[in-house]
Amino acid sequence: MSAVPISYYLVLSAILFGLGVVAFVFKRNIITIFMSIELMLNAVNLAFVAFARAHGQLDGLVFVFFVIVVAAAEAAVGLAIVIMLAQNRQSLNVERINLLKL
Amino acid sequence: MNVAIIMFFACALLAVAGAVLLILAREPIHSALALVLVMMALAVLYLLLGAPFIAAVQIIVYAGAIMVLFVFVIMLLNAGVEERTDFSKIAKFGGVPLGFLLLLEIAHWLYHSPVGTAIANGAGSSNEAADTAQLSEMLFRQYLFPFEATSILILIAILGALVLARKEQ
Repeated sequence: MSAVPISYYLVLSAILFGLGVVAFVFKRNIITIFMSIELMLNAVNLAFVAFARAHGQLDGLVFVFFVIVVAAAEAAVGLAIVIMLAQNRQSLNVERINLLKL
Repeated sequence: MNVAIIMFFACALLAVAGAVLLILAREPIHSALALVLVMMALAVLYLLLGAPFIAAVQIIVYAGAIMVLFVFVIMLLNAGVEERTDFSKIAKFGGVPLGFLLLLEIAHWLYHSPVGTAIANGAGSSNEAADTAQLSEMLFRQYLFPFEATSILILIAILGALVLARKEQ
């Protein structure tokens, strides 16, 4: 029924991951940087599902499930850190957050 | 052109547009909404790939829970327009072409890899319900230990978030 080659999904995944890396490097707002990490995780999930379909095995889908769970935990802890930083530094710009810099 | 190909290209275009919008938007809330667009498009792609359970989890957990958390924090901190900073000359003139080169290389390699020629037989096939049942069976038999470990991970994440976000006494 569906005649979309797996390679199309993989190329889309690569493009989304690349855009996530670009966002991670270019953005200056710490919340947006977190969002670009989520974008990269989403791109990897797409590759996992595509490979699972290509090989006809469901292990890839289980891994996507775990990636989503870990992303949720990471977002909760990360945003708590962001709230704490914003309270201490009065800024969300990553260039102002240089506490560990020598 | 069949329906699946058209659906794929529509969703792929939406996803890439959302990702570009995430980069170009200056307000964090616009970036967050662009990311929701990407996640919705990816959920439709998961349906096309014949993974309805993952599509549902994508919408419920990612677009629902995680992005609501992001939007909530953006509103809580009253995050405004992002400050512009100057990039170094090397990064501007060397980094961007090199990044595109890397992207092209990955795309080229994936396109010509052996798995690239495999054909998806997902959407509309009659075994989607069976797939979800089989997925749950794998999750609670073969992957039972990692599944339980993630519950401990989430417990630790809750504790960490509480300790970090709490006001100092």
